Amino acid sequence: MNWIYQPWPWYVAGPLIALVMFVLLFVGKQFGMSSNLRTACAAVGAGKVSGFFKFDWKAERWNLMVVLGAIIGGFIASNYMSDNTVEINPEVAQQLAIDYQITSAGESYLPPEIFGPDALSDPFIIAVLLIGGLLVGFGARYAGGCTSGHAISGLSNLQLPSLIAVIGFFIGGLVMVHFLYPLIF
Amino acid sequence: MKYIIYLVTGIFFGIVMFKSEAASWFRIYEMFLFGSFHMYGIIGSALVLGIIGVQIIKRKNIKSVGGGEMSLKPKNKSVARYLIGGIIFGLGWALAGACPGPMYVLAGAGYASILIVIFGAVLGTFLYGLLKHKLPH
Repeated sequence: MNWIYQPWPWYVAGPLIALVMFVLLFVGKQFGMSSNLRTACAAVGAGKVSGFFKFDWKAERWNLMVVLGAIIGGFIASNYMSDNTVEINPEVAQQLAIDYQITSAGESYLPPEIFGPDALSDPFIIAVLLIGGLLVGFGARYAGGCTSGHAISGLSNLQLPSLIAVIGFFIGGLVMVHFLYPLIF
Repeated sequence: MKYIIYLVTGIFFGIVMFKSEAASWFRIYEMFLFGSFHMYGIIGSALVLGIIGVQIIKRKNIKSVGGGEMSLKPKNKSVARYLIGGIIFGLGWALAGACPGPMYVLAGAGYASILIVIFGAVLGTFLYGLLKHKLPH
């Protein structure tokens, strides 16, 4: 039973993610974790101000159920299947400690320096989290999908638009980590 | 009752995301520093199996449950929206250290701060809806 508590290696996780995509395809849907944000906007009445949210969101309620499941899955995994620590490349961990005073690699699942309860009293951290989320939500809809919708579903279907989007994801991510992190943190 | 399959699929997905550490800020940061093969292995192996499976579905013309076509429609051709949208998404992915799937998983894991990220993502989606017709697509 030890394998349940160990981190799952990539060659277990990757195929299981492919399985999730195929299950959704077989029931006539598609794998994508960001369209639910549009459904959520529509469900709370955003259709009144933009045609983008005027659609039959009730037909898309299924993706809110996937979201609910993901929340429950996160609860189960963190409470019953994990010691909630993540070991990363020691060089990266050391660099995080030296450059950004983030010393929690190997001791926590998320850095408490950013996600801990104490950090929540820091307006700067709240701005980082809010703007990060804002860019993710805006970018995902602009690009028509996120990591799951483009990098897994779209590329599996050999879609050129998804390849362009995934290249964009990495340009954005690399620019943020290599050029903007030193300015922000 | 018909929603059970989506709920169960979501739970399974959530456990895989958490246990593979794809929902960890550290793993995303490490990925963008090319510090480990882990994240590339997850995406790459899902992709290889995905490509093979989708090819089988297309060649054998396999239908979904109920006999409908599978959702494998080609996406609209464009460069601007995918590239600009993708870059904006990537900036946020690296800044928050989470993409949409893991956000929900982390909420379930009890990280209250992630609710700010999710609120931001809903707000970002709403802003896109307001500005859509002014953006190059």
